Amino acid sequence: MADTQEQLLANFDKALLRFSTFRDNHRVVVSPDTVTKLLSFLKQSCDFDLLIDITAVDYLHYPKAEHRFGLIYNLICTDREERLFVKTWLDEPDLTIPSAVPLWTGANWMEREVFDMFGIVFEDHPDLRRILLPDAFSAYPLRKDYPLRGRGERHNFQRITRAES
Amino acid sequence: MPLEPLALEPLLSEDSQEYVWTLNFGPQHPATHTTLRIILKLDGERVVDAIPDIGFLHSGFEKIGEHLDYNQYVAVTDRMNYISPLANNIAWHHAVETLIGLEIPPRCQYIRTILAELARISDHLLCNGAVALDVGALTTFLYAFHQRERLYDIFETVCGARFTTSYTRVGGLMYDVTPSFIEKVRDFCRTFPKTHADISRLLDRNRIFVERTKGIGVLTKEQALQGSATGPIARASGVTRDLRKDHPYLAYPDLQNSYKICCAGGGDCYARYLVRMSEMKESLNIVEAALEHLPTGPVNVEMEDRVILPNKDQVWTTIEGLIAHFEVVMSNRGFETPNEECYAATESPNGELGFYLVGDGSQVAYRARCRPPSFIHFALFPDLIRGHLLSDVVAVLGSLSIIAAELDR
Repeated sequence: MADTQEQLLANFDKALLRFSTFRDNHRVVVSPDTVTKLLSFLKQSCDFDLLIDITAVDYLHYPKAEHRFGLIYNLICTDREERLFVKTWLDEPDLTIPSAVPLWTGANWMEREVFDMFGIVFEDHPDLRRILLPDAFSAYPLRKDYPLRGRGERHNFQRITRAES
Repeated sequence: MPLEPLALEPLLSEDSQEYVWTLNFGPQHPATHTTLRIILKLDGERVVDAIPDIGFLHSGFEKIGEHLDYNQYVAVTDRMNYISPLANNIAWHHAVETLIGLEIPPRCQYIRTILAELARISDHLLCNGAVALDVGALTTFLYAFHQRERLYDIFETVCGARFTTSYTRVGGLMYDVTPSFIEKVRDFCRTFPKTHADISRLLDRNRIFVERTKGIGVLTKEQALQGSATGPIARASGVTRDLRKDHPYLAYPDLQNSYKICCAGGGDCYARYLVRMSEMKESLNIVEAALEHLPTGPVNVEMEDRVILPNKDQVWTTIEGLIAHFEVVMSNRGFETPNEECYAATESPNGELGFYLVGDGSQVAYRARCRPPSFIHFALFPDLIRGHLLSDVVAVLGSLSIIAAELDR
C-alpha cells in the first residue's frame, strides 16, 4: 500500500489527494475532475487490474457531510492482492462523471445500477439505461429523499388486460 | 466435436440480417431456473446476440437495509442467494463486525467457517446438478439433491429453519451448536465422498456431457479480469484469487494447511464444472479440520460489549444481565457504530460477496450496499454465448450459477 501511495503522490498534485485508512480499508479521495485520470493511472501504472464494485452513497442527512453524493470505486491488484478504494463526490445540479467502461468493461452494469438508483449520469457510457427498474420509472429510489414505500408507483402501475395485450 | 464459436462479421452484414430472428427466453422458463429474461437474436440456431433484461425480482433490499437494524437485516440476506443463505448471513455480519471493530470468539469463528463451507458444498451441488440436468443428465441432479437434503437437515439442526436460516447475530450466533450437529456433520463427511465420486464418474468423462460443455462459453483470463469476475468462475479462467487465502477471515488463518485453491485454465463450462467439483472436496477438508479443532468456550461475545442478548439465566438471575438485555432490545440504546464507512467481503460460493456499510452512529446502517456476484457475472453472459447454439444457452447460464434473487435484490 505504501508503494501505491508514493507512486500516486509522485504523479499527482499532493493537494488533490486525501488518503485515509479505516479497518484495513485504504482509501483515497479525489475531486470528480481528476478521478478518471487517477483510475487510468492506477490501472496502467499500478496494476490495479480488477474492478470489484462501483457504488454510490447519498449523504443528504449524514452528519457533517460536505457533499451530496459519494461515488466509490473498489479496486484490486491481483498480483499483490491489494485493495484500494477511490472515492469522489458529486453535487447537484451537475451529476455527471466520465464512465469507467473504457478501462474495465465490468463497469458497464455497475454504472447502470448507480444511474438507476441515484441518477448519476456516466458520460460516454455505451448503454446507459435503467437496469433493475422499469424504463418508465421516473424517480431514483436509493436517494435519501425518496420514501421507503415509494410515491405510489406500485398502486398507479398501469395494468393491461389479456384483451389489450 | 465441440463446436467452435463462429466469427460474427459475416453474420452481421446487411444481406444476412433478414435471417436473424428474435427469441424471447424467459422470464418464466424451466431452464432459467430463476426469473430472468434474455432476448436472443438467432441466425438459425446460432446466437448472434443476447440482450439480458433483469429486474423482475427487484425488491429494494438495499433500501430496506437503510431502515432495518443490523440484526434484523440478516433475515433479508437469507433471501438474496437462497441456495446458500448461511453464506450470506455470515458475509453480512462479518461486514457489520468489521464496521464496529468487534472480535468474535474462536468457537463462533469455527462454527461459522464450518457452516460457510457446508453452504458452499450445497451451492456447488445445486449448480453442477442443474448444469447436468440442463444438458440431459437427470441422475446427477437427483444424487446432488439427495445430498443437499442432508445439508438442509444439518442447517435445521443448528437453527430450526431449512431455507431461511438467519443464524448469525452481531457478535455471535443465534444458538450454540448441539452434539447432534457435530454427529450429523461427521456423518456427512464420511458419506459425501462416495456421492462426490459417483457424480465425478457419471460426468467427468461422459461423452455427451463433455461435448456439451467443453469449449462452450469460453471466458479468457483477460476477459475475466476486465469483466470483474470472481469466485469459481474467475478461477476456472486461471485467475488464482481466493479471499480465503488472500485476506483470510474467520477461522481460515488457522486452517491454511488443510485446503488448496482450485483453478483451471480452460475457462469454459467444463472447467467451471471441474473447479466446483474440486472445491467441494476442499470444502470437505476444511470442515473436517475445523471440526477436529473446534474450540470450547463461549459462542457469543461478552455481555459487556452490549451487542448481543445475554444468556437467559443471566437475565433472570442478575441485574446486570437484565440491564444488558433491555439495552440491546431498546431502539435508542444498544451498540454504537462509528461515523465511518467500510467494506468487508467473504468468499461466497458464487464469488466475492461484500457489503459496503456506512455507519452514522445509530443502530441502522446509513447505506448497506451489497456487492452481488451473480449481478456481475450475468453481465458477462452476452460475451460468452455469442456464436454458440441455442441449446448452449442453458449450459452457459447454469455454469454461471445465476440466482435471480441475488441478481435483482
